[in-house]
Amino acid sequence: MLEINGISKTYPGVIANSDISFNINTGEVHALLGENGAGKSTLVKIIYGLVKPDSGNLLLNGVPFRPGTPSEARKAGIAMVFQHFSLFEALSVAENISLGMDNPPNQRDLGKKIKSVSESYGLPIDPAKTVGELSVGERQRVEIIRCLLQNPKLLVMDEPTSVLTPQEVDILFKTLLKLRSEGTSILYISHKLEEIRKLCDTATILRLGKKVDTCTPEKTSTKKLAEMMVGSTIKAPEKLNKPAGQVMLNVDNICCVSKSQFGTSLTNVTFDLRQGEILGIGGVAGNGQDELFAVLSGEQFSQHGSISFNGINITKFNPNQRRKIGLLSAPEERLGHAAAPNMSLIENTLITAENSQNLVSLGFIDWKKSKAFADKVIKKFDVRTPGSQNTAGSLSGGNLQKFVIGREILQNPSVFIVNQPTWGVDAAAASSIRQALLTLSENGAAILVISQDLDELLEISDQFAALNGGALSRIEKTAELSMEQIGLMMGGAKDLEARNV
Amino acid sequence: MDFSSINPALLIASLMVSATPILLAAIGEAVVEKSGVLNLGVEGMMIVGAVVGFIVAVNTDTPLLGFVCAAIISGIFSIIFGILTQYLKSNQVATGLGLTLVGLGLSALLGRPYEGMKSPTLKALEIPFFSDIPVLGKMLFSHDLMIYFSIFLVTLVWWFLKYTHAGMVLRAVGENHDAAHALGYKVVRVRMLAIMFGGATSGLGGAYISLARVPQWTEGMTAGAGWIALAIVVFASWRPWRVLFGAYIFGGVTVLQLNLQAAGASIPVEYLSMSPYLITIVVLVIISSRGNQGAPASLGRPFHASS
Amino acid sequence: MISGGILFAALGENPFEAIRIIFWDPLFDPNFASYSRPQLLVKAGPLILIAIGLSFGFKAGVWNIGAEGQYILGAIFGASVALAFYPMESKFIFPLMIIAGALGGFLWGLIPALLKAKLNTNEILVSLMLVYVAESILASVSQGLLKNPDGYGFPGSRNLQNYESAANVEIIANSGMHWGVLFAFITVIFSYIVLTKHIQGFNIQLTGQAPRASKFAGVNPTANIVFCLGISGALAGLAGMFEVSGPSGQITIEFNSGYGFTAIIVAFLGRLHPIGIFLSGLLIALTYIGGELAQLMLGLPGASIQLFQGMLLFFLLATDLFANYKVKIGADN
Repeated sequence: MLEINGISKTYPGVIANSDISFNINTGEVHALLGENGAGKSTLVKIIYGLVKPDSGNLLLNGVPFRPGTPSEARKAGIAMVFQHFSLFEALSVAENISLGMDNPPNQRDLGKKIKSVSESYGLPIDPAKTVGELSVGERQRVEIIRCLLQNPKLLVMDEPTSVLTPQEVDILFKTLLKLRSEGTSILYISHKLEEIRKLCDTATILRLGKKVDTCTPEKTSTKKLAEMMVGSTIKAPEKLNKPAGQVMLNVDNICCVSKSQFGTSLTNVTFDLRQGEILGIGGVAGNGQDELFAVLSGEQFSQHGSISFNGINITKFNPNQRRKIGLLSAPEERLGHAAAPNMSLIENTLITAENSQNLVSLGFIDWKKSKAFADKVIKKFDVRTPGSQNTAGSLSGGNLQKFVIGREILQNPSVFIVNQPTWGVDAAAASSIRQALLTLSENGAAILVISQDLDELLEISDQFAALNGGALSRIEKTAELSMEQIGLMMGGAKDLEARNV
Repeated sequence: MDFSSINPALLIASLMVSATPILLAAIGEAVVEKSGVLNLGVEGMMIVGAVVGFIVAVNTDTPLLGFVCAAIISGIFSIIFGILTQYLKSNQVATGLGLTLVGLGLSALLGRPYEGMKSPTLKALEIPFFSDIPVLGKMLFSHDLMIYFSIFLVTLVWWFLKYTHAGMVLRAVGENHDAAHALGYKVVRVRMLAIMFGGATSGLGGAYISLARVPQWTEGMTAGAGWIALAIVVFASWRPWRVLFGAYIFGGVTVLQLNLQAAGASIPVEYLSMSPYLITIVVLVIISSRGNQGAPASLGRPFHASS
Repeated sequence: MISGGILFAALGENPFEAIRIIFWDPLFDPNFASYSRPQLLVKAGPLILIAIGLSFGFKAGVWNIGAEGQYILGAIFGASVALAFYPMESKFIFPLMIIAGALGGFLWGLIPALLKAKLNTNEILVSLMLVYVAESILASVSQGLLKNPDGYGFPGSRNLQNYESAANVEIIANSGMHWGVLFAFITVIFSYIVLTKHIQGFNIQLTGQAPRASKFAGVNPTANIVFCLGISGALAGLAGMFEVSGPSGQITIEFNSGYGFTAIIVAFLGRLHPIGIFLSGLLIALTYIGGELAQLMLGLPGASIQLFQGMLLFFLLATDLFANYKVKIGADN
């Protein structure tokens, strides 16, 4: 149905796509596999009309296809659900869907259409609700319905399951399979190998802008797929199983009111962190993770309950007071929260290392010491950058993340809180970050990892709990949990029974 | 202190006259801010409109033409702001302030030869039957064209934002410009149009001051009306009917304190003249303590088209 | 500059001559320089002083538009202290006036600061409204509290230049360098040190560039806002106080001449950098003086200078952001 022939695209300094060719057939679920930076997004933007290729062509049902804008692509029958949703939180579902359509019907007809499509595909949604009030999984449904209303021949989905609970993933797959049986093709972008083997007919693997191979996932082992994706075997982090030490941090019945209009407030959260132990907190985005982080880092204070560090009550301690006693943290947002994008790496050390590394005396900054510390982080954590005077914004995601986490680890925390340690980071960097966390834990630190990546948590955490709607589930030993149990802890699927799809 | 010299019907009537320039500027700025842009140049655009309207009206002896030219010229003037902020990505606060300062200077320059002259002013429209109702007639139905137009404009904006597709696109651009761009909407174009609309209405508002409220030209005669309009947009939570409400309240306070001054109130003149500004501050405080809800999420944030 | 030339041409004057009169003559023409050159420092002093204060706030994303009002309050406080002591002579009076001037401006800047910190009220609008309130207060005291009893009924206070202990005199005779100008120079140096070497300067810049990161770093947002608005208020108040006891001489209804607003242009023109502000302050002062000269010599209307200053700002904004934009494209890849 769609032939991709020799597509190439170069940006200044980077070859995004180099001579990529493969075919997508009618009624086929075709996976596009590759890690961050492999060129998947560029290729897909070309198909959707957001970007023009430098060379090569596309043939849609034998006819040359050269979309200049997304609406041209849509008219030709291509629909896309992006990883970062294009939704307007303050507007209703119906208005959002209407904005994404080329010839939207009036609001009343639209409401009826939305209801009927959502029912027949097992994705119930109320057209009148404000998008800001919906969970992430529900928001994805809005995006999908928006696409379905245009009867697409090809549906492109970019990393759809990173925001879903296991139960919601099953329901999504049922929907996709129904579409396939109706003759719709699906281009499924992901790096989750198990899912691809379960769902997809064919897989094309990209690496560094080039196509590595097109194969049948069913017949290829996960190991082989991973190797093709990354280009070499990656050493899996080694986990030593030491018994946990004493309780370093006791969090008792805390709460936190969300600062953002559409955020989720935290209620009655209780847990302990023990020396040498990693507690993993899973959960789909928007269930209170940011609020939990803020309350632990000291950016916000809990109005109830208490937080004790080694017996000291630190509930009302601000971030620097917590740093002084050895509680460090690394937030989710690398640029803007963990680091200032337009400041150099040297300046960025001042954000958290000011006290522990004695970078300031009598109010005056010791720039020499700051540079030395920044250089140390860069060296120890293999941060690829020309130098510490480069701005944080000039680093790639993986390298910046290594710097940000390395900055904290080199300060020897006794308690370390990290939110989404490897989000958007390439596989090699992700592996080294996870290993760094494991090593830190083995050296006696108590670590809390908040992550949406269940595979990651299963790999490195000793204990596991899930955040759901601002509340924390029971804490269980990770090794004893099944995927289904985890899914249920995460809240199952919001108001979805397995409908007759 | 002679309260009887204050006539309530006249008070309401003059309230509407006083409020109209601010209303015109504010409703335009509300549209601009709804699209996500903060234009602090309202004062500059208003005074440019005031001087242009005055000059044209005096030279052609047709106030209506003055209004039309004021709207057009101020609209063009606002394009400078639009180009700087939307195409050259300059800081919106600094550029808006620059616009105000340039506007003040430009208008003083252009208006020099016209200082102190009187202009032909708008006649009050006598609506048959309605204008003859005792009390209410004088209060509500004997106004000039612009006052009715301003109310009509508010209705138009309200209907546009709530019920048209284009209005929804504008709201979407103000909420999340990245998503709007990803969906293929021309963010910059929408915002430029909004900015020009805001410029035109500010020009109308300014022209009303020089042609109707005080039919005369003096340097700097807007006296902060543009800033009040900005405050009213916040006060109104960016909702058109509340903008009307806010403008009328402010007009009311201004007129009331002038009347009190004239009636020989024992409060010193200076305190009375600062009251509208103090009340604006109080209103801003009340609104923000309740949480600034309703602000378009992309307001003031620079838009960098990615890809 | 080119467009300025066009502007002047439009006004019917030889543009080259106009530019020469504005920029060159005040400094070098033998007929005017001896008068104009000192005026340069007199005009630049308050502009630089206020602009440095503003730059702290602007860097942190705190927009103080009401410097004019803080300037007025500083002048009123300073003059009140002086007049309270009149006719006593003492060398403590002037220092007390300095403190009072800074305090007046500080308090006036504290109002929008606290409202923003506690209630998230927009400081642009509040500080601006307070300018109008300050002008009303100025009118009121000129005719009431501070009115000169020996002034023949005219509004306005005593002339402080005639009151030796309170007069803000020139340190170097005929150079225009009075105490206020000296303070301005000191402030430039001080702010340079703070911004490049002190953690407080770092925190301010961090807050402006990445507010979430500054909260993460433990910067107290309330303290930060109060510091920025407080400093700019205090410096503006100082400028007002130096002006009223120096070049202007007395509290009158017309006392404020727009320095608070022009200082905003100076701050941006100077790219919010202390040295830049120092230079742009001198430049803008030059346009004021040259403008006066042009009015005299060519009949150019005074308002054209205000227009010229605004246009300078626009052009700076346009070209400045070109450079930034290019840098951003590079960084994206």
